[in-house]
Amino acid sequence: MRSSPHRARPVRIRWLRAFVTFWYGFIIGDDWTVAAAVAAALFVTWVLHAVGVASWWIPPVVAVAATGVSLRRIRG
Amino acid sequence: MIDTSVFATSFLASAVEIIEMVITVVGVGAMRGWRSTLLGAGAGLVILAALILGLGTALTLVPVRLLRVLVGSLLFVFGLQWLRKGNRRVSVSGLRGMGARAATDDDIPTHGMDWIAFLLSFRGVVLEGLEVTIIVVTFGAAARAFPSAALAAAVALVVIGGAGALARRAVERIPRSALQLVVGTLLSAFGTFWAVEGIGIAWPGSDLSIIALAAWYFLAYAC
Repeated sequence: MRSSPHRARPVRIRWLRAFVTFWYGFIIGDDWTVAAAVAAALFVTWVLHAVGVASWWIPPVVAVAATGVSLRRIRG
Repeated sequence: MIDTSVFATSFLASAVEIIEMVITVVGVGAMRGWRSTLLGAGAGLVILAALILGLGTALTLVPVRLLRVLVGSLLFVFGLQWLRKGNRRVSVSGLRGMGARAATDDDIPTHGMDWIAFLLSFRGVVLEGLEVTIIVVTFGAAARAFPSAALAAAVALVVIGGAGALARRAVERIPRSALQLVVGTLLSAFGTFWAVEGIGIAWPGSDLSIIALAAWYFLAYAC
């Protein structure tokens, strides 16, 4: 008996959902604000570097600040 | 005939990259289990071998900087997640939590592949392996001493890989909560370093700044 194409669709959707869920958890985790802050920090670092400003220190400072805010929010 | 200056230079340059590779594999393996981690490392070696055999010296054309930005950014945010989790665990259980061997991690699957461990290990082997290969090609081409450069990289891999295998038991004895903080610190430091270097920025002190970054994150979360 050949498998129905309708039965195959849920498997593909489940696979896609699992794939997206995995990458969301890997990148964003439980707090999207930290990932967003890191992305913004890297972008600003790149822009400042392009105009000749020393900006290597920005990502580690922003990372600590963003994570500190995230932890404080969790602790209430 | 071994060119000793090329051997020494290649050994030291390769060793830096291989140390980063081994730290990642050993740290992730101790945290999340060895099966998926070693499968990831093995898959990374297979991909690396295929790239080397397929591209040869054209490997220098691989956009390593772009890979560093992408992979470094992912590692950066993922390392920060582990740091937050470790910090929260200590906040809840106090320093007693650091000794909790039974600490569980909700996202580690009890059966099947742990794709996070696989991916972290795979990334470590492929990216650092690419860097080592480029070192061998660059140094070997400059001095016309490929065999010396290649031998140096192989010796570095055996020595440092062996040290990592020996250290595995000691690392596994570290309490889970403490290990999460340590590995999270290292992943965040590596990720920050690579992401910023991929943008084209040279860190002060070059690779030594990874140590400074690790110290920065460790002190920031300890306070």
